[in-house]
Amino acid sequence: MFDDLQELYQQVILDHSKSPRNFRRIEGATRIAQGHNPLCGDNLTLYLVMDGDVIRDVSFVGDGCAISKASASILTETIKGKTKAEVEELFEKVRTMVTTGEMSGSNLGKLAVFAGVHKFPARVKCAILSWHAVKAAVAGEAAPVSTE
Amino acid sequence: MSSPTPDWSALRKDFPILDQQVHGQPLIYFDSAATSQKPRIVIDTLRHYYERDNANVHRGIHELSNRATNAFESARERTAKFIHARSVDEIIFTRGTTEGINLVANAWGGKFLKSGDVILLTEMEHHSNIVPWQLLAERTGAKLAYIPVTGDDGLLDLSKLDALLTRDVKLLAMTQISNTLGTVNPVAELCERARKLGIVTLVDAAQSAGHSLVDVQAIGCDFLAFSGHKICGPTGIGVLYARAERLAEMPPYQGGGEMIVTVDFHKTTYKQAAHRFEAGTPDISGAIGLHAAMDYLDAAGRDKIFAHDQALAQYAYERLAEFKNVRLFGPKTGRAGLVSFLLKDVHAHDLVTVADQRGIALRGGHHCNQPLMRKLGVESTARASFYFYNTRAEVDFFLEVLCDIQKFFGA
Ligand SMILES: Cc1ncc(COP(=O)(O)O)c(C=O)c1O
Repeated sequence: MFDDLQELYQQVILDHSKSPRNFRRIEGATRIAQGHNPLCGDNLTLYLVMDGDVIRDVSFVGDGCAISKASASILTETIKGKTKAEVEELFEKVRTMVTTGEMSGSNLGKLAVFAGVHKFPARVKCAILSWHAVKAAVAGEAAPVSTE
Repeated sequence: MSSPTPDWSALRKDFPILDQQVHGQPLIYFDSAATSQKPRIVIDTLRHYYERDNANVHRGIHELSNRATNAFESARERTAKFIHARSVDEIIFTRGTTEGINLVANAWGGKFLKSGDVILLTEMEHHSNIVPWQLLAERTGAKLAYIPVTGDDGLLDLSKLDALLTRDVKLLAMTQISNTLGTVNPVAELCERARKLGIVTLVDAAQSAGHSLVDVQAIGCDFLAFSGHKICGPTGIGVLYARAERLAEMPPYQGGGEMIVTVDFHKTTYKQAAHRFEAGTPDISGAIGLHAAMDYLDAAGRDKIFAHDQALAQYAYERLAEFKNVRLFGPKTGRAGLVSFLLKDVHAHDLVTVADQRGIALRGGHHCNQPLMRKLGVESTARASFYFYNTRAEVDFFLEVLCDIQKFFGA
């Protein structure tokens, strides 16, 4: 019955939203960033351990819809070991994908499960929330980011 | 006065927008608490006005201006009857509930509230009945206090009232029907308590005016505000009722045309009563469209409409209560025409997205009730709100879809 929704709520997304990876606080995190979506109340906190420009460890806690939680969970898996510049590049690719569906030659790997989001304009903010937070974190901006 | 039950399915056909498919499914519109749909007569009235009668009001001598002025002022008279005001002069046209409350906070509150005074609200107020008072409190040094809500069953905890009604309370502002909980508050009783203590009262009738009979004399309030768009009227028009004594003591809200008698370079004299608070060209077509909406609702019978909407909500509530892992908000009985709920492990936003794919328009979020949400310990709820054009079959389909949603998310 839910064929049309399978593309949005792919199995990977449901799995990550139910059992989010790296779902913990990191004592001694060097960067902490908050993402808040006031419209639906998604509220995520990301913890980063940075070594110079490199992300040594990353985790998150918080509550939100399936899309925002899965996005944060997959984000933590993806960016471990990446540099600030690589995260910024990924941010742009993810943003393009979730707003337009375009991802040719992006090498987005597992992140590609979020391509279906662009057909649900009201949900783009959910998918991009943790990316806004991590972008602010690697840039060293302390203030909570909001998608409003 | 027991008129026959309206033919609801015939009335439903008056709403052209309902006859469409969304995502390939018949539209089920369960978001009337956010805004109601409009019957053809309202749409036609707007078209007729713009095609035949459009002109500015109160300033022309010509025929069209006379027609527009007459229609506009006749809408004011109709509104006075609609809410049973003593006089047409007590009806101020606004942009909506929000502007009505801001008008009172600025014009009345700005003049009469001072440092140490208390504005008493309830914990179930919409942001539009909180933020204007916070702004006023910041300006004047007045303080806010809240009548608590009991918990998930969403009633006002009136056992706290005696302690809250101190000498410092100058204003009591409260909603008649909660847009999140569906609670119907005993506003007449509360206004009577307040009046005995010399406390001025404001009732937010945004959720009640289109469903039930709203009678400002029976309620006994000083102010009452509502929005046209939630009662089958156009967006952009609203009503503020203000008791004549209050109006007489209030300074103007905004300055401009329409509200003056004479303007000199340094001094202006203002019109009396309602017109003093309507600076500038008003929403003429909106008022005329609202008139048509009020006629339409009263022809169906607002008491009948309320009973219909309550029955749907009660049915949905009881069926939902049979679900596993559901959390329901608002009173078990006597609720107005809406149900707020959460399914365990399914975020409201996901639920609303899936329902939308099935053609069902729900609302998910904080419903402009963030303080109440915080108190209930939730970030958001899903809400289905009903109007007389909704049917039991639609509710049944909605419940089926909810079952599927639970399965889909493995909840
Ligand atoms: C109880 C209540 N009060 C006030 C409002 C604000 O109405 P408006 O946005 O039309 O000014 C609403 C609308 O959602 C409401 O439900």
